[in-house]
Amino acid sequence: MAELKEIIISSDNIKTDEYLVNMGPQHPSTHGVLRLLVKLEGEIVHNVQPHVGYIHSGIEKMTESLSYTQIPHLTDRMDYLSAHMNNEAVVCVENALEVEVPERVKYIRTIMAELQRIASHQLWWCATGMDLGALTTFFYGLRDREDILDIFEETCGARLTLNYSLPGGVMFDIHPNFQNRVKTFIKKFKKILPEYDELLTGNVIFQERSKGIGVLSKEDAIAFGVTGPSGRASGFSCDVRKHQPYSAYPLVKFNEALGTEGDTFRRYQLRIAEMWESMSIIEQLIDNIPEGDYTAKMKGVIKLPEGEFFQRVETARGELGVYIVSDGKKNPYRVKFRSPGFSNLFAINHIAKGWKIADLVAIMATFDLVIPDIDR
Amino acid sequence: MTHEELTAYLSSRFPAAEISQGKQYVEMTVAASDLHSVAQQLKEAKEAAFDYMVCLSGVDYPDHIKVVYHLESTSLQHLLVLKVKTDGRENPVLDTLSDLWPTAEFHEREVYDLLGVKFNNHPDLRRLFLDDTWGFPLRKDYVDDVHIVSR
Repeated sequence: MAELKEIIISSDNIKTDEYLVNMGPQHPSTHGVLRLLVKLEGEIVHNVQPHVGYIHSGIEKMTESLSYTQIPHLTDRMDYLSAHMNNEAVVCVENALEVEVPERVKYIRTIMAELQRIASHQLWWCATGMDLGALTTFFYGLRDREDILDIFEETCGARLTLNYSLPGGVMFDIHPNFQNRVKTFIKKFKKILPEYDELLTGNVIFQERSKGIGVLSKEDAIAFGVTGPSGRASGFSCDVRKHQPYSAYPLVKFNEALGTEGDTFRRYQLRIAEMWESMSIIEQLIDNIPEGDYTAKMKGVIKLPEGEFFQRVETARGELGVYIVSDGKKNPYRVKFRSPGFSNLFAINHIAKGWKIADLVAIMATFDLVIPDIDR
Repeated sequence: MTHEELTAYLSSRFPAAEISQGKQYVEMTVAASDLHSVAQQLKEAKEAAFDYMVCLSGVDYPDHIKVVYHLESTSLQHLLVLKVKTDGRENPVLDTLSDLWPTAEFHEREVYDLLGVKFNNHPDLRRLFLDDTWGFPLRKDYVDDVHIVSR
């Protein structure tokens, strides 16, 4: 008995050691090959060091030996869930050449981009539910995403890596069914989207795990360059579609969804709100697609004038920047992709400190990481 | 601020810098020794207020490496391209800007990893994507015998 008493008394002095845990590279919540080296004290996260590069494919190096018509095919391998928006970065080449693309192309690109945004957010929504233990969401999300992928398949033959935008226009004209199918989808999805809220948003367990968790302030969002829905949830107005509109965005009216709380729940709500906005953008354009060519007349070999060009587009994850340095040859001298996932990922250490390891999973889920986007 | 106003403001504030109107944005080239003080003023001055670092890229040239910062002001909605050349390619060193913009910490690690530019006072300058046995693949004289990436 005396020994037991001693143990009980001395337990006040017991300290938990800090220890390191590898989360990944095969952890389901990292959504790809990403390794987080997490320093823990019990369940409390003290430090998160992301280790990236498992699927670094050297895209920036490869571009230096490819032509401007070949490079867009690599861009949709970066963030494969916003493939079309990445392709749309060819606007940079068009601006550099001062080519005016036909109105029809602008409309098609914008509609496709918004469809892609909805598809990306659907996959994000279903994966977020699954990360937090709600398996049903996965079936709902994937079921509805299928409709959009079918439209893509009919339009350009591919479901995931679209390769649809090329310098000067799009690869093929839209299918005669395109407008009808998109309108049918919008009509259907407007009925389904409220079900998403019923299924997950109102769930008590989900709210307990996301409200007030992982708060990112507006100042920190700007300082860490957190863009896209994750940055806008903190109040950082960073929508490129609003601030530097390209394609058909100057022609449409839409709200930039903004939050102030910056917590996990707000980041979640913001993406749901973006799906509504995307549907409204598509509705404004789908009936007014002007007749005309689906591509501008381009030379067989594209040579950019000497100089430096920078273009930003809004993908489903945030701001994609393309910086091209040209020396007047048919290959670029240097291409840099500022990928949204890269900047967003490295804010995680700042956010996750002090929260539990289960909260880290929730925070990662609402940051919507796509690993090839980070590694490039 | 419009491009003209920004150019006028910058040339009065930084007479030593080389300022030009690029094809899209105002561009400013500063000496490597002035980089940190110029960047700090750009961030803190009320008229400039560049609080958001959009992009940080490195470009390899035959006799130097250029590091390019795209800076934006979220309150005033203007964008500046800040450029700095390193002194040669053998041992290129620049000051870190990660104390001003935390996002620069990781972009600088990427530039170090792929181009071999070292950053003074960087909190954690390690390779990012590749391991230590690799060369610096984004340099133009990089030869890879195994994975043929250039023709």
